[in-house]
Amino acid sequence: MERTNSITKKIGSIYFSLLSPKEIRKVSGTKVITADTYDDDGFPITMGLMDPRMGVVEPGLRCKTCGQRVGKDKCPGHFGHIDLAMPVIHVGHIRTIRDCLRSTCRECGHLLLSSKQKDEYFQELKKYEQEGKNKAPLFKQIITEARKADKCISCGREVGKIELDKPTSLRENGKKLTPSEVREWLEKIRDEDLPLLDINIKSARPEWLILTVLPVPPVTVRPSVTLQSGERSEDDLTHKLVDVIRINQRLQENRDAGAPQLIVEDLWELLQYHITTYLDNQTSGIPPARHRSGRPLKTLAQRLKGKEGRFRSNLSGKRVNFSARTVISPDPNLSINEIGVPIRIAKELTVPVRVTVHNIDWCKKIIIQKFSVNGDSNEYIPGVNYVVKDTEGMKRRIKVTEKNAENIAENLEIGSIIERQLMEGDITLFNRQPSLHRMSMMAHRVKVVPHKTFRFNLCVCPPYNADFDGDEMNLHLIQGEEAKAEAEILMKVQENILSPRFGGAIIGGIHDIISGGFLLTNKDRKIPIEDASHILAATGFEGKLPKVFTENGKRYVTGKDIFSTLLPDDLYLEFKAKTCLNCEKCTAPDCPYNAYVIIKKGILMQGTIDENSIGAFNGRILDRIIRDHGMGAGREFIDKVTRLAIAAITLFGFTTSIEDEDIPDEAKRQIEERLNKAMKKIDSLVKAYENDELESLPGRSIEETLEMEIMRETGKARDSAGEIAGKHLGLENSAVIMAKSGARGSMLNLSQMSGCVGQQAVRGERIHRGYQYRTLPHFKKNDLGASAKGFVASCYKKGLTPTEYFFHSMGGREGLVDTAVRTSRSGYMQRRLINALEDVKVESDGTVRHAGGQIIQFEYGEDGVDPSRSIAGKSVDVDRIIADIREGV
Amino acid sequence: MVKEKIRIQFNIMSHDLVPLHEIISEKEKTELLKKYNIEPNRLPKILSTDPVSISIGAKPGQIVKIIRNSHTAKEAIAYRFVVESSI
Repeated sequence: MERTNSITKKIGSIYFSLLSPKEIRKVSGTKVITADTYDDDGFPITMGLMDPRMGVVEPGLRCKTCGQRVGKDKCPGHFGHIDLAMPVIHVGHIRTIRDCLRSTCRECGHLLLSSKQKDEYFQELKKYEQEGKNKAPLFKQIITEARKADKCISCGREVGKIELDKPTSLRENGKKLTPSEVREWLEKIRDEDLPLLDINIKSARPEWLILTVLPVPPVTVRPSVTLQSGERSEDDLTHKLVDVIRINQRLQENRDAGAPQLIVEDLWELLQYHITTYLDNQTSGIPPARHRSGRPLKTLAQRLKGKEGRFRSNLSGKRVNFSARTVISPDPNLSINEIGVPIRIAKELTVPVRVTVHNIDWCKKIIIQKFSVNGDSNEYIPGVNYVVKDTEGMKRRIKVTEKNAENIAENLEIGSIIERQLMEGDITLFNRQPSLHRMSMMAHRVKVVPHKTFRFNLCVCPPYNADFDGDEMNLHLIQGEEAKAEAEILMKVQENILSPRFGGAIIGGIHDIISGGFLLTNKDRKIPIEDASHILAATGFEGKLPKVFTENGKRYVTGKDIFSTLLPDDLYLEFKAKTCLNCEKCTAPDCPYNAYVIIKKGILMQGTIDENSIGAFNGRILDRIIRDHGMGAGREFIDKVTRLAIAAITLFGFTTSIEDEDIPDEAKRQIEERLNKAMKKIDSLVKAYENDELESLPGRSIEETLEMEIMRETGKARDSAGEIAGKHLGLENSAVIMAKSGARGSMLNLSQMSGCVGQQAVRGERIHRGYQYRTLPHFKKNDLGASAKGFVASCYKKGLTPTEYFFHSMGGREGLVDTAVRTSRSGYMQRRLINALEDVKVESDGTVRHAGGQIIQFEYGEDGVDPSRSIAGKSVDVDRIIADIREGV
Repeated sequence: MVKEKIRIQFNIMSHDLVPLHEIISEKEKTELLKKYNIEPNRLPKILSTDPVSISIGAKPGQIVKIIRNSHTAKEAIAYRFVVESSI
C-alpha cells in the first residue's frame, strides 16, 4: 500500500460547454447508418451500432480506431455519430432555447434591448463578476426586460409571443415552430449579445442547442451481454439508438421521395420523441419508452439520477472485497470483544502476509498443514488460498491446492505474499446498517465457530441496535498492519463501551442478564454450595469461596456474596436500584424493598442488582469500574456478569407464560367496579355538558373542557385498574420480575394485559372520525360516552369486543404510520447533516477544522472535553469526590 | 466611524444576545496566527458591513475577538477575520 502525499487544492472553476456539430463529427469514429448490431454470423456490422471502430467489449479483440484491446491496453471506446435528417430539439436545453427566442428578434437576431440598456447590463454584469455574486437573478431580469419590447429596435419587426409546450415544442403567437425554424432563428443571434443571454461565446453557440447530429456513445458504455442460450441481449441505450436510426432513415427516405408534408411531420415528431426519451425517459408529458417486456428503459438521465444512479451508487458508495454477510445469533459465552465467524466464511476470507526471513518457516508450515492432517477432525485449520509471486514487476497468483501445496511451500521465496485464511484472533470490523453512529461499526477479534451464523455477545446488541429475528450483519477483514493497529486502538468494542453521546455506558447487561442479576441478589437468597460453585465456575472464578454458612445441616452461600466476587476490592457505591418505588418518604439506607444498593470494599452489602447496576444505559457499577479501572476491566466485568447471570438464571429457571397475567376473580371484580365508576363519571360529565352545566376551563371551549375531563377520567381509570391488577402480581411472578428489574417490559404493559387497555387515541384526541356524528354504526348518533369514542375497557388477556378491537386498530395504525414517517424523515435529515459535516475533525491542537483547514471551532465543544470521558457532560464529578472523602477512601 | 455610528438608533452592542466583540491589536494578531499556525483566511469570517463590525469600527484585514457565554465552558473565545463586503 503506497502512500501518496496528497496536496489539497481548491477547484478554481469548472466549465461546461456544448459540443458543436463539427466537433461531434470530428471525434466520431464512424457514422452510424445501420440500425442493426450483428450480422447472421455474429460479426458486428460496419457502420452499425456495434461497429468495432467505436471500441470493443470482448477481451482480446482489437479496436479498429486505436488498435488496442479493452482490458490491458485500456481502449476507452470511441464515439460515433448519427446524422439526423431533420434537426431535433434537445430536451435538456428547452428552457434556454425558449429564453433565447423570447429575448431576440426573429428577423434580424438582435437582442430586444436598446443599446443604452445593453450597455447598462454589461456594466452590471462586470460588477457582479468582480464581486463574485450570483448572476442568475440578473440574467432573469434581462429576459423579463427584453420581453417587454413589442417591436425590434433595429428592424422594426413585431415581436411574437413565444410559448413553451412541454416538453419539446415551441409556439410563436400560437403557431408551431419547427426545430429547423428555431435553429435558423438561433443562428441569427449575434455573438456580441450572447453574454447577456448567459452564454459564453467560447463554449457554445445557441444553434448548437438544436441537435443536427447525435453522438453515439462507445460500445463500452452500452455493452451487449450474451446469455447462456447463446442469445445476445442489447443494452437499453442500444435499443433506443436502434429506434432513432430507424425513424431517422424513414424520415430521410420519405423526405427525399417528396412524401406529403403531413407524413414527414409525423415522422419528424416521432424522431423527436425517440431522441427525447433517449436523453431522459422520465420527461413529464410524454409516455416513457418501454422494453418489449413492458419495463421502462433506463436511458442516459436514468443512469446518473437518484439513489441507484452513477453518483450516489457508484461514486459516493463502493463495493468492497474481503467482506462477508450473514445472519447473526447470540452467544453469551463469547467476550464482547469477540465475534464468532462460521468456518465457511473463514476459509474464504484472507489476509496478505509478506514472506520474510523471520516468518518463512511459519509460512511454509501454514501452506501445507491443512493437507497434512488426515481424517476429518472438526477442528478448523487455517490454510493459504493464494501465493502471489512478484518477479520483475510481474505479479503471478498461484492457487494453492492439495496437489501443489508441497511444491509451493518448498519453492516459497522471500518477498512473496501468501494470502492466508482467517485465523483465530484476527481483527475484523463488524457492522450493521443503518450505520447511524460510530458504534455501528466496531472491531472484534475472530473466533472461528461451526454452523452458518455470525455470533456475538448479547451485550453488544444495543450499539448495533441488533436483534436476532433474522438480522444480517457485515464483516470486513482488515488487510494492513497499520489498519489493524488503528482498529485495535480506536474501534475495539471495549473502547466503545462509553458512548460519546452522553458519556455513559451503552454496552451492558440486557434482558436475561438483568433478570439473572435480580434473581441472584434479590432478598437474601441462599444458594446451596454445590450450585454456588457451579455459578462461580461459569465466571472462571479462582480464589477463596465466599462466606459459607450452615443451616439445617446444609451449607449455603448468599447470592449477594456470589455477585460480589466480580467487584473490585476498592469499590464503594450507594445508589437507588431500578426496583425503587419512589416512596413518598424514603427510608434509605434501610429500604424495606431491598431497593437501596450499598457496596463497600467491593462487597454488596444490601440492595438488588438490576438495570441500574449492570444495565446498558445506566449501569452504575459498570460505569464506576470503567472510570476507576479502565476499559479492560470494564470489558472483563461485562463478560463475567454475562456468564454469571446466565448461569444463575439457568440454574434457577425462569419462564413467563400467559398465566403470569392471571389475577384472582376478586381483583377482576374490583377492576370492573372501578371501570363502572369511571363510566358513570363520564356519563355524568356528558350529561352536565348537554345540560350546559359544565364549567369551561380557562382558555378552552366547553367541548374542549369536556374532552379533557373525559380523557383525564379514562386515564385515571386505566391507572387504577392497573394498580388493582398490580397488587395481585407479586415478585414471584416472572413478568413482574422482568418489568421491575428493567429487563424487559413495563408495569404499564402488564396492566394492559391483565387490567384494562385504556383509551385509544388518534392525533392525541379520542377517536371521533367515521360515520356521520358517530364513530361506528353500533352507537347512537352524537354519543359522547366512553365506549363510543374508543375507550377499551377490556384487557388483552380477556380479549377486546369487536368495537374495541376496531378502535384499537385505529390507534395502532397511527403508531405504525408515525414510525414509518419518522424514520424516513430523520434518515434524510441525517444524510444532509453528515454530508455537511463528514470531513470535520478535531486537530491535535484542540481546534475543530474541516478538510480545507478552515477553523470551525477554536476548542472542541468550546470546553475541549471529550464527552465519552466526561461525567454526564461535566469534566469533574464533584458528588463522587465528596462521597469518597466521606467514605474515607 | 462616528458618522456610521449615528445611523444606528439602538446600540446593538448592549443587547443581551450580542456577545462581546473587540478588535485585537497587530501584536495579538500575529501571536494568534502563530498559535494556530494559520493564514488569516482560515479563520471564520465576519463582513465589514456586519452591524457589529460597523458598530465597533472593524475594518477588513483586522481580527475580531468574540467572547461568548457557553453552555459547556461558561466563556468561549472565538476569532473572526474581517472581510470586505461586496455590497
